[in-house]
Amino acid sequence: MNNLKITIGLEVHCQLSTRAKMFCRCGTDYIGKGPNSLTCPVCLGLPGSLPVLNQRVLDLALQLALALGCRILPKVVFHRKNYFYPDLPKGYQVSQYDYPIGVNGSIDYALQGQRKSVRIKRVHVEEDAGKLVHEGMALMPDQSGVDFNRSGIPLAEIVTEPDIRSPEEARECLMMFRSLVRYLEVSDGNMEEGSLRCDANISLSRNPGEMGVKVEVKNMNSFRSVYRALSFEVERQKVLLHEGKEISQETRHWDEIKHVTVSSRGKEEAEDYRYFPDPDLLPFSIDEASLMNIREKLPELPLERKERFMLEYELTESEAGVLVSSKMLADFFEECLKELNKPKTVCNWITTEVLRNLKNLGKNINQSEITPKAFTELLRMIEKKEISGTIAKSVLEEMFTSGMNAREVISKRGISFISSEKELENIVVDVIENNPQSVADYLGGKQKAFNFLVGQVMRQTRGQASPEMVKNVLYKQLSAGG
Amino acid sequence: MTAEEMKNYRVSDYRRILQKGDISPRELVKIFLERCSQWEPFINAFLHLDAERVLRQAEEMEKFPPADEELPQLFGIPVAVKDNICVSGIPTTCGSHILENYVSPYEATVVQRLRRAGAIIFGKTNLDQFAMGSSTESSVFGATRNPLDLSRVPGGSSGGSAAAVASLEVPLAIGSDTGGSVRQPAAFCGVVGVRPTYGRVSRYGVVSFASSLDQVGPLSRFVSDAALLAQVLSGEDPLDSTCAPYPPFSTSDIPSYEETRKMRLGIPREYFSSGVDRSISEEVASAVEKLAKEGFDVIEISLPHTDFALEAYYLVALAEASSNLARFDGVLYGKRAQGVKTLMEMYHRTRIEGFGNEVKRRIMLGTYALSSGYYDEFYLKGMKVRTLVRQDFEKAYEACDILLTPSSPCFPFKLGEKISDPYQMYLTDILTVPSAMAGLPSLSLNCANRDGLPVGLQVIAGPFREDRMFGLALFLEELLSVEPPIPAVPDVKEGDDE
Ligand SMILES: [Zn+2]
Repeated sequence: MNNLKITIGLEVHCQLSTRAKMFCRCGTDYIGKGPNSLTCPVCLGLPGSLPVLNQRVLDLALQLALALGCRILPKVVFHRKNYFYPDLPKGYQVSQYDYPIGVNGSIDYALQGQRKSVRIKRVHVEEDAGKLVHEGMALMPDQSGVDFNRSGIPLAEIVTEPDIRSPEEARECLMMFRSLVRYLEVSDGNMEEGSLRCDANISLSRNPGEMGVKVEVKNMNSFRSVYRALSFEVERQKVLLHEGKEISQETRHWDEIKHVTVSSRGKEEAEDYRYFPDPDLLPFSIDEASLMNIREKLPELPLERKERFMLEYELTESEAGVLVSSKMLADFFEECLKELNKPKTVCNWITTEVLRNLKNLGKNINQSEITPKAFTELLRMIEKKEISGTIAKSVLEEMFTSGMNAREVISKRGISFISSEKELENIVVDVIENNPQSVADYLGGKQKAFNFLVGQVMRQTRGQASPEMVKNVLYKQLSAGG
Repeated sequence: MTAEEMKNYRVSDYRRILQKGDISPRELVKIFLERCSQWEPFINAFLHLDAERVLRQAEEMEKFPPADEELPQLFGIPVAVKDNICVSGIPTTCGSHILENYVSPYEATVVQRLRRAGAIIFGKTNLDQFAMGSSTESSVFGATRNPLDLSRVPGGSSGGSAAAVASLEVPLAIGSDTGGSVRQPAAFCGVVGVRPTYGRVSRYGVVSFASSLDQVGPLSRFVSDAALLAQVLSGEDPLDSTCAPYPPFSTSDIPSYEETRKMRLGIPREYFSSGVDRSISEEVASAVEKLAKEGFDVIEISLPHTDFALEAYYLVALAEASSNLARFDGVLYGKRAQGVKTLMEMYHRTRIEGFGNEVKRRIMLGTYALSSGYYDEFYLKGMKVRTLVRQDFEKAYEACDILLTPSSPCFPFKLGEKISDPYQMYLTDILTVPSAMAGLPSLSLNCANRDGLPVGLQVIAGPFREDRMFGLALFLEELLSVEPPIPAVPDVKEGDDE
């Protein structure tokens, strides 16, 4: 029973970051917009309206397919997927069928230091549908409404081969997928807002040579729910197999509250979508030159970059992993190195203090006020012992909130930092005179007393001197005095 | 001035009298409105005709008269628009219950082009429901009758536009041609009807029947007016990606008579087969003979896949239609069935109540042709035959420049004669469907009258060779000198002879 083979395949939808919709000029930034405020005859499917492809959609899809190592098909063909649903204004969805953008790619990710690879079956583009609204209908409280703001927004669908062997792998693979789309800047990859969606197929089999009955799992709205839902399915199916029961081929929905998957439709016969080439959108070929152009402009991908960071900057896997989790952050890191070539220091500060501040502000690095120049200037001041690390942390915090650079913050706060041993000497002499007992203890061999004296000096300087320097001066004075 | 006096007026003549100030735009539209009030009770060509709206447009033109040299091409000319083409502010019903009260919030590109050319959008004309039919009998607002013989149909589906032009309710109209819906009614009503090359004219705002075949085209009393209208309608449209990125057709490209005479004329023998009424074949053959006497090179050719074109057409067109008409589901606009309890019931009742029998038949056939397991056998096979039909034409145009055929296999038939026999009705398109399948420009003009009924002759040119098509049609029109119809207004007692 322990040798059950788990097979998982993912079907990922991500909203492509175009400014206009896929076939009309309506905007795509629907978050917080009033219902149906981003619509026109085309995305409402009004009689007589016709689609015109937004070329940007194709560019982004090609970038994605190329980054996934897909073979690009020479022709672009759109198909109509016919079915009735109130959120589908034309009674069909413009999608792709036997001519996807790309086929036979792969995505690599690392799990516990091991590099894994999942084959990509296909990448295709399609339009999103509208959204049913069942609550808050002011005028007709007992009725449902449809908001078509999302209707016609471009999506890329990525279908993997069933190469995933565990829920952990599924989650990691999906996370790698998110960082990939973010790297490429083809999608913001936000699962909570629905710009990244994932369905999964999972089957368990006793015989490693064959696949079990496929169950489709839907409605997983976060990385955690992907992991939890698939883990639940593994357990559920294990029990069934153990009891010698049949697993039925079905679609199940993840219930986020009860933490179970629930069968959503039974053995319903497969719907016939009557795919056929959309006669409103003529097929066209992709020209080799623009494909080359896109290929050349592809950025370094997260996994490669992570491995390079480990090698080139001698970072640990987890350090490099945090940095490359976002392209902006990794770019910021490398920009900083141009100013200050201390990878370890820069990395430490970014992965702790910078991320903490960003999290508090709810911003990403590009939205924040901090520049690589200003940030490295602060680090350089610590290097030169002009300020202490403690002070630097609070200075950095203010740099984030105010947008000032380090020196501006320091002078505004009236911190005159002690940068020479000479300035410290008077304070140290004072402390020695006022604490004769501790001095005696130290000279008597008690190391603790030295630390006490250091603390006293630090207090006098209100933290404006670096502890290193204080120790140095104190030691010299005590030695001289003794 | 009366309409009878204007029976031989071309757009250039209206332009002349308007320019000279012999008549004002308002006076001109009043003549046609008067004509409509006489004819409409008999023919029912219009579904929507708002006299005040028409007069307002004319008034606007008088208020802001353009300078002579800037006088737009269709300044002050009334143009009727088939009711499957969106005009903002007035209904677009497609002759159906489901869109009975539908008013489009936007306007079709072709209508905007007409307005820019100074035309007066006169009203919306009757059609077979969703342009599906060949007799204009399936409109839920009643059939249109043929002004040349009120007991007969005007053809279809643009029967309203053809009847309006034949009775001179308007000098110009536009229709849509999917498999012959402009040319066949033009032939039945004795006027000129043109199907431009697929991609010549924008489809944006034209309610789709079969997207890969639909094309808007002019109806007029004279070839030159159809050419002018084609010029106004044609040209690239950023809102329709199936519209070709070519410069618009220009009447100045039409060859002179001298050049026209050099054209080689192909006569496809399949178009003169036993299925075609013998009188029609004879009249067309006699017109061809006259051309031969004028020195034209006449070559008999063969288009071997003609016999399969009609079946293939119905597979492809109906497959597309079944998908195009899915949007009429009662959710967002149009009629929604009342008193339903579930979503499925709403869909079912709305579409059962909203569509007529012919539309339902076509949706079902098209759905079937696309269904899994039948796709290859039906839709795909239809597309393959379509390629063969196109290749037939390509080969033919290696040997000749223009094809001449009859436009319709039959004379206008009586109302009710074919409505209960869909296959007989489909057969009336048999001569117009192949060139539509190949996307070619084709024109029908009246080449003779037999017992008071017109005979349509079809001129088919190669893709984007409207210049040749119009060139030959102008030549023929002059050569045959068959006058455009000007039927007398019937007596109130219907059925009496003129
Ligand atoms: Zn839109």
